Amino acid sequence: MELEVVRQTADAAGGFPWLSAVTWLPMLGALLLMAVPRENTGLLKGLTLAWTVAIFGLSLGLLSGFDGLNGGFQLVESKPWIEAFGIRYAVGVDGISLYLVLLSTFLTPLIILGSWTAIEKRVKEFLICFLVLETAMIGALVSLDIFLFYIFWELMLIPMYLLIGVWGGTNRIQATIKFFLYTAVGSLLMLAAIFYMYAQRPDGSAPTFLLTDYYGMRFSLKEQGFLFGAFALAFAVKVPMFPFHTWLPRAHVEAPTAGSVVLAGVLLKMGTYGFVRFAMPLFPDAVQVAIPYIAGLAVIGIVYGALLALAQGDVKKLVAYSSVSHLGFVMLGLAALTPQGFEGAVLQMINHGISTGALFLLVGVIYERRHTRNMADFGGLSRVMPWFAVIFMIVTLSSIALPGTNGFVGEFLVFMGAFVSDGPYDLRWYVAVGATGVILGAFYMLWMFQRVMFGPKNPKNDGMRDLSKREWTVLAPLVVAIFALGVFPNFILKNIHPSVDRAIQLSTASVLRDDDAEGKATIEALQKRKEARKAEGRAPATAAEGAR
Amino acid sequence: MLRLAWLLPALPFAGFVALALLGRRLPRATATAVGVGSVGLAFAVAVAIGAAWLAAPPAGGAYVQHLWRWFDVAGFAPDVALFVDPLALVMCGVVTGVGFLIHVYATEYMRDEPGYARFFASMNLFVGSMLTLVLADDLLLLYLGWEGVGLCSYLLIGFWYRDAANGRAARKAFVVTRVGDTAFAIALFLIVRELGTLEIDEVLVRAAAQWPAGGTLAILVAALLLAGAAGKSAQAPLQVWLPDAMAGPTPVSALIHAATMVTAGVYLIARMNVLFALAPPVMTAVMIVGAATLLLGAFSALAQRDLKRVLAYSTISQIGYMFLALGVGAWSAAVFHLMTHAFFKALLFLGAGAVLLATHHEGDVLKLGGLRRRLPVTFWTFVIGGAALAGVPLVTAGFFSKDAILWEAWSRGGPVPWAVGLLGAFLTALYVSRVILLTFFGEQKHAAEPERGLRIQLPLVALAALSIGGGWVHGGFDRFLAGDAHGGEALFEVVAAVISLAGVGVAWLAWRRGLWARPDGALQRFWRSGWGFDAVYHTLFVRPYVWFARANARDVFDRGADAIAGLARGGNRLLVASQDGRVRTYVAGLALGAVVLLAIGVIFARPEPAGAETATEVRP
Repeated sequence: MELEVVRQTADAAGGFPWLSAVTWLPMLGALLLMAVPRENTGLLKGLTLAWTVAIFGLSLGLLSGFDGLNGGFQLVESKPWIEAFGIRYAVGVDGISLYLVLLSTFLTPLIILGSWTAIEKRVKEFLICFLVLETAMIGALVSLDIFLFYIFWELMLIPMYLLIGVWGGTNRIQATIKFFLYTAVGSLLMLAAIFYMYAQRPDGSAPTFLLTDYYGMRFSLKEQGFLFGAFALAFAVKVPMFPFHTWLPRAHVEAPTAGSVVLAGVLLKMGTYGFVRFAMPLFPDAVQVAIPYIAGLAVIGIVYGALLALAQGDVKKLVAYSSVSHLGFVMLGLAALTPQGFEGAVLQMINHGISTGALFLLVGVIYERRHTRNMADFGGLSRVMPWFAVIFMIVTLSSIALPGTNGFVGEFLVFMGAFVSDGPYDLRWYVAVGATGVILGAFYMLWMFQRVMFGPKNPKNDGMRDLSKREWTVLAPLVVAIFALGVFPNFILKNIHPSVDRAIQLSTASVLRDDDAEGKATIEALQKRKEARKAEGRAPATAAEGAR
Repeated sequence: MLRLAWLLPALPFAGFVALALLGRRLPRATATAVGVGSVGLAFAVAVAIGAAWLAAPPAGGAYVQHLWRWFDVAGFAPDVALFVDPLALVMCGVVTGVGFLIHVYATEYMRDEPGYARFFASMNLFVGSMLTLVLADDLLLLYLGWEGVGLCSYLLIGFWYRDAANGRAARKAFVVTRVGDTAFAIALFLIVRELGTLEIDEVLVRAAAQWPAGGTLAILVAALLLAGAAGKSAQAPLQVWLPDAMAGPTPVSALIHAATMVTAGVYLIARMNVLFALAPPVMTAVMIVGAATLLLGAFSALAQRDLKRVLAYSTISQIGYMFLALGVGAWSAAVFHLMTHAFFKALLFLGAGAVLLATHHEGDVLKLGGLRRRLPVTFWTFVIGGAALAGVPLVTAGFFSKDAILWEAWSRGGPVPWAVGLLGAFLTALYVSRVILLTFFGEQKHAAEPERGLRIQLPLVALAALSIGGGWVHGGFDRFLAGDAHGGEALFEVVAAVISLAGVGVAWLAWRRGLWARPDGALQRFWRSGWGFDAVYHTLFVRPYVWFARANARDVFDRGADAIAGLARGGNRLLVASQDGRVRTYVAGLALGAVVLLAIGVIFARPEPAGAETATEVRP
């Protein structure tokens, strides 16, 4: 059914391939840059900036072709690619991936402008790397063919590896090795799982890697367990979920500002996106069994990340651990399998990209001036850089989810989604524990703010300039986004309802093989548990039933 | 006229935006006009709406103004909407009226501050958030205002950010109240889960219809809301942040930490009183929290040496009275005391600020004295405020509102809450008289500049007038708010009056004998430290958190990954060592390997035939 939708749209559309344009234009830009002499850094940077801004403009055009009431894939393009194996070049977006694509195209020009002066060596290669990375990220988000997805997924690794390894700090090599090994191990398991699925196609059916062909494909519970485990591990490393998070702080500390922003802003979302798009809808029965573990690790991540963030003297490390905490919220929302939880999670992915991206850009601003990120070297900055202090404050507040900023709506929906979840597990205690992360979050973020901005002034900071026009241009759009999403989140949310509903439906409908008696018994036991919860009256009338 | 309600929060917010964006470039006079003008206009709007309401109350006793839909997920669709009813109007009047006077005062108090525009930007943001809080039609919007005022409190406590101690106090206030806020948020989740909406009126209707009185859900939700209210209103055991919050400029203490924000908890419980009525054990808890806090605060106030800290503990104690009233179900009495307290406590803080201005911020009452001649306006208005706080009979607003609470405590709660309230009244009269005597009477120990101009004095006089006149409206107030008026018993009024005067008398006697200046005993130190709560929390929460974070700063889970790397490196070293290029090493290796292989063969090969034999034997 889904397959037909994909093929039909592909045939019918025949118009301009908008998605492919947005995906491949960065790569084209990288090729163009190769023709520009490397000495002319001004031209290189200017060209890249203009190019990425144009891509962002173009990607906004996707909104006009997108029907928010449709939960399926849209703007689909599907062409045979390697026909012998049924591999297709199939791309398309739903409400969830659309906004993540926009987030990527939105952040990229800001990052380019943000590292205008920070990158001094090999500017040309740096920009090429970045453009390739943009193509890889967008490609991974829009791929509807699992094989194609895997290629983009791995393609992301290379420019990121180079960004840290070439333009990074002193211990960059160790950090890149850790980053690469962690992600590669996860990815390889996922590749094995993909091939297993491919081999399990019903006999005589046409070879395919089309994702929609695999939605609803039947597996025994044991198979699902292994497959989900392989996918989930690859994605959990990327998220990163506790306890697979330890590559992140190192990568962040060593990465240049641009690398940190893109890592936190978009790359980590690939992990959570992978859960939404692949791991959860492909293996719904395994998900049912795994919920307490996912939610448990998510909550541990929330608290553990917050605990560790407090102890860091390096601002970047603190923000990195705060990411572990914040991505824990996203995973908790996904584990809830409720519309509120899912939409909160999607919104939180976008929010985290904006807020944490902004935080890393801000850290970059002071790093460029002082060449240190150690909080002990700062103090009293708000006197020499008052505007910087204001922006930093706003971003901090967004990060601790103050109502009126974007963070609040996402976090609130996540918690509420987990709280009202009426599945077999009662997630309310998870929420209660996770909520302490909100208190700890306020504690470490405000303490950090205090140590950097307030207090007695370190005389070394005397000559620090306030934000330049360029830095203003980078930060202003992010601040606007923080408030816009906090006050009018419905602009985005209204376009993701149907996609989220569909994702939840896929992630909860059993695909057990008929001959899997053992698996059936397990799932039935869970069903009974769910009904028992309902009967006890602990599971409520859902919000929808009770609404005005 | 009611349709102008949106202007109430919008005006201060607009002031905030203007000051935040342009503040540094605006001339000081313009900044003043924007900062004070926005709140003044909001006050005018509040008065106009109030007048319109009194002339022709809308049908149903409430007016709702929908602004826009915040978000909408699976039927959960909180609106940004305003809800105007008598309670909201009283709160708006207090917030904008007292707020306006304090803003006027602050133009002089903060005259020489480099952060002048920043100060008024934060103050305007506060007033806007507070008005959002009291006008919210939806608990989620109320929560927005709730967190917003907390943010402004944080920003303003830490206003003088050069001193790290101020930053610490600000952070403490934010984090401690956030403990309560988190409980509040969980209450919201529970309400959505069970009742499917956060619109306040609808929540109350559905709760009354669906939840049995004394049921688990009602108790749980009410208890969580109580925790939220206790955090914001500095009630035990979350009162610890308020005394430290005095690090902020005095107008901030007056507006946020006395008159308005800290009473948000009282407002919340009053607003949700239908829900609390469904949970009798929580009502008892509210009463106990109130009673405990009012005594705790009063004893601590008695032992403070810093003028503002006396007033801070006094605020904690007075809000304890309001909680006591809420706990016995007399919510209109609580709101009445909230209003009169806003008048006289703001007055006392502004008076204290005037003293600080004159003495170059010497706030230690034992080092002051005899200021009555040097600062006559401050003195007289401070005495009026103090009299209202002490509940001096007949002439002060505080007498009427406190008497109403005591009477309700007796008639609805019985003798114990009444006796606690009475003891508190005695202590209140005692500590406020002590402060007045030490500051304004006796010989002048500290140099003092003359009083500043009208912008300081007019707000003092206006608030003094309200501290006296505010009590006479009691009957009308009750009718406006709750639809009926209760009078106290004359006998109870006499007892309360005697107790209050006795407190003043005892304070005077003690002062005459010099008892107040005596060195501290252990008990006084204990009271002054706020009953040791800080130390306990520090040991129980802060220290373990920081200890764990520091101990694990290098992240123990990273060791696991490193161990794998270490294993690989170790294996590599071992194998490299074996390839040393010497034949005898290789021969030795060969021999060793042969022995090991043989040994393995011998050990593992033997049981197999034995096993096979037994197997055949068993077979039939």
